[in-house]
Amino acid sequence: MTSATSRSESGSAGDTGATDASEASRKSSQPNGPRPKPTPPAGTPVRVTGAQSLVRALEAVGSEVVFGIPGGTILPAYDPLLDSTKVRHVLVRHEQAAGHAATGYAQATGKVGVCMATSGPGATNLVTPLADANMDSVPLVAITGQQTRALIGTDAFQEADICGITMPITKHNFLVTDPADIPRVIAEAFHLAATGRPGPVLVDIPKDVLQETTSFAWPPEMTLPGYRPTLRPHGKQVREAARLISQSRRPVLYVGGGVLKAEASEELAELAELTGIPVATTLMARGAFPDSHDHHVGMPGMHGSVSAVAAMQRADLLLALGARFDDRVTGRLDSFAPEATVVHADIDPAEISKNRKADVPIVGDCKEILRELIEAVKFEHDRGDRPDLTAWWTQINSWRDTFPAGYEWPDDGALAPQYVIERIGALVGPDAYYAAGVGQHQMWAAQFIKYDNPRSWINSGGLGTMGFAVPAAMGAQFAHPGAQVWAIDGDGCFQMTNQELATCALEGAPIKVAVINNGNLGMVRQWQNLFYAERYSNTDLGTHKHRIPDFALLAESLGCAGLRCETADEVDDVIKQAMAIDDRPVVIDFVVGKDAQVWPMVGPGASNDEVMAARGIRPLFDDDDVADGPASGGVVADRAVTDVRGEQ
Amino acid sequence: MSMHTLSVLVENVPGVLARVSGLFSRRGFNIESLAVGPTENPEVSRMTIVVAVEEQPLEQVTKQLNKLVNVIKIVELDPDSSVQRDLLLVKVRADATVRSQVLETVEMFRAKVVDVSPEAVTVEATGTHDKLNALMRMLEPYGVRELVKSGMVALGRGARSITANSTR
Repeated sequence: MTSATSRSESGSAGDTGATDASEASRKSSQPNGPRPKPTPPAGTPVRVTGAQSLVRALEAVGSEVVFGIPGGTILPAYDPLLDSTKVRHVLVRHEQAAGHAATGYAQATGKVGVCMATSGPGATNLVTPLADANMDSVPLVAITGQQTRALIGTDAFQEADICGITMPITKHNFLVTDPADIPRVIAEAFHLAATGRPGPVLVDIPKDVLQETTSFAWPPEMTLPGYRPTLRPHGKQVREAARLISQSRRPVLYVGGGVLKAEASEELAELAELTGIPVATTLMARGAFPDSHDHHVGMPGMHGSVSAVAAMQRADLLLALGARFDDRVTGRLDSFAPEATVVHADIDPAEISKNRKADVPIVGDCKEILRELIEAVKFEHDRGDRPDLTAWWTQINSWRDTFPAGYEWPDDGALAPQYVIERIGALVGPDAYYAAGVGQHQMWAAQFIKYDNPRSWINSGGLGTMGFAVPAAMGAQFAHPGAQVWAIDGDGCFQMTNQELATCALEGAPIKVAVINNGNLGMVRQWQNLFYAERYSNTDLGTHKHRIPDFALLAESLGCAGLRCETADEVDDVIKQAMAIDDRPVVIDFVVGKDAQVWPMVGPGASNDEVMAARGIRPLFDDDDVADGPASGGVVADRAVTDVRGEQ
Repeated sequence: MSMHTLSVLVENVPGVLARVSGLFSRRGFNIESLAVGPTENPEVSRMTIVVAVEEQPLEQVTKQLNKLVNVIKIVELDPDSSVQRDLLLVKVRADATVRSQVLETVEMFRAKVVDVSPEAVTVEATGTHDKLNALMRMLEPYGVRELVKSGMVALGRGARSITANSTR
């Protein structure tokens, strides 16, 4: 815990000793190459400035890309950055985008994303992406310049107490007051960001600390006496979980983003196949288990599939893995999964029993937990304890067959947004990366694109940050230069961060942006339609009525290809056209109907029992004959949707 | 709501008090008292935090506290198996006519006078919440000019220590 070399579990931290050695051997193998300078042995201090120390430390932890914008107080750090051959800096147009790009990079790779900004407004512009990363447990390191030590606290130019500001929205933060601390702080920041429950860490460095001469040695000794994440689960708890599995008749695996963070998809698939338990993947876990797998019952939650919501609601055993019983998943908490015994496995002990009391709490890394659980279940099987889930699957299949994901075409002949997204998923395929903004398009992208690979779906789940898609896609593209990276965006979201298309165009990130342009803040409009008597207050953006902005022209001016699609028969062609362009980003303005709504839906504050497959259709209402055979309650379509208006 | 006393070992670094107190307020808990000072190890400070809270939210706030990187260890101290003391300084009006009565009260509570002037005395007392309340009930009739409390500090009874083996 106290040495940087013990960071083996972080997976992202490069072992500099090894990197330097391989670099040296590569050079020496070139006969006419320059003679390699003898690398000082690890741990030998060299004289550098604080800024050089910072860049060396970033190189040492294995950072490949830094997204940022220079400014007054961070200027010293940008000077040695110019010379670094290992760290590439991507100059973005707004610091918020630097943060989201780092998140996109981190979510697409599992490595720590890095962003950099100057003091004051540069730093405060990072607040939203830091809060976003904190909610979605994204490993991020933000480096900010700060006013010189003597000026701190004097309301100096571009001074902001960014450590104070970000205290509640970071996993941890540091104000560096001694340049000698830089290597240790950077090592600790990356270690904290990547290990345990990942999260954002901010490092604030005063300008004069960057300018001062100091010494650099690697690896530094880390001092984190209060940080000891639990990775190995408690054997007794795992055996208890296995025993419950062997006795359960209606189990469900409720899979959250922690499974992706733990890189535990293979183990999850093994457990699901071993036990035959249905798998529901939350918004944060799409891709953790293949959508194409027969055991996958969909996404739970407010806009989840009926089969996933119903299965969890009627389960007798919920196996929550790296999930946090978010209100968007549980609906009204006191009526969520009322008959279920809860096994809650998470690396963060504070998540366990936070919202729903866990009957069997398991603290640990999901990969370790799953490995041990698989062994424990095999042991139960060997003893002959293997439940028959046939009746349960009959029930689930009847929900799946009766209420598959679907949509209706608008009456006015407009293009259905769901169709556009479905076709993107079908044509671009599961090997691409998909980023989304927040709103209707995000839910449709979660519902109608089939994710088969971990980390292929990148979105803002917890914070719900509009404008996330373009910068996040940019970050993912820098992580995977050869891959197709699609941003599924809305016209509202797109207008928040589209300036980064200039960055993409100039820095070589040929992302594809599908603007699902319904002319409105669609999700807000949907709520106004359902819960505010169709009074559409301030949701019309004018992108239909006035075509301001013209997204295709805007795209062209930002160095992208601008395409437009307004009818169903153009959809496939325009997607293929976009896929073929790889020398610049592409924006497609999909002009779609404004009245399409996201279904299924559990109304805000309503119980998941009241999940509506479509307006007024509530499959679970009065249906309590569960697992005795196919759904007998049938479909009840009565009470008006407006009845479920409640707390948000 | 019941009172709970938490002993929190933290790294002695800038900002740690803000992190801890911020966590309480952010999650909607009111701190009754908080006392902090260095321990036998200069790199470690010890906070004694008294909160009025139910069991379940207490568990949640303890877990959240444990997540703070600078927090090393948290122990809840049961009043029956720990020594809990508050320090009180109170300035009481005590002119010549009532001074002897005030001093008698001070004597009874085994408190002591630490400053005196023609119109007032300053009394120092340590003790439990109940004892200090009782003292205050006796002194209030004379007129309290000023009052300050250190906040509760507490140690578990017996030979065991919560600091041993806790920092590495």
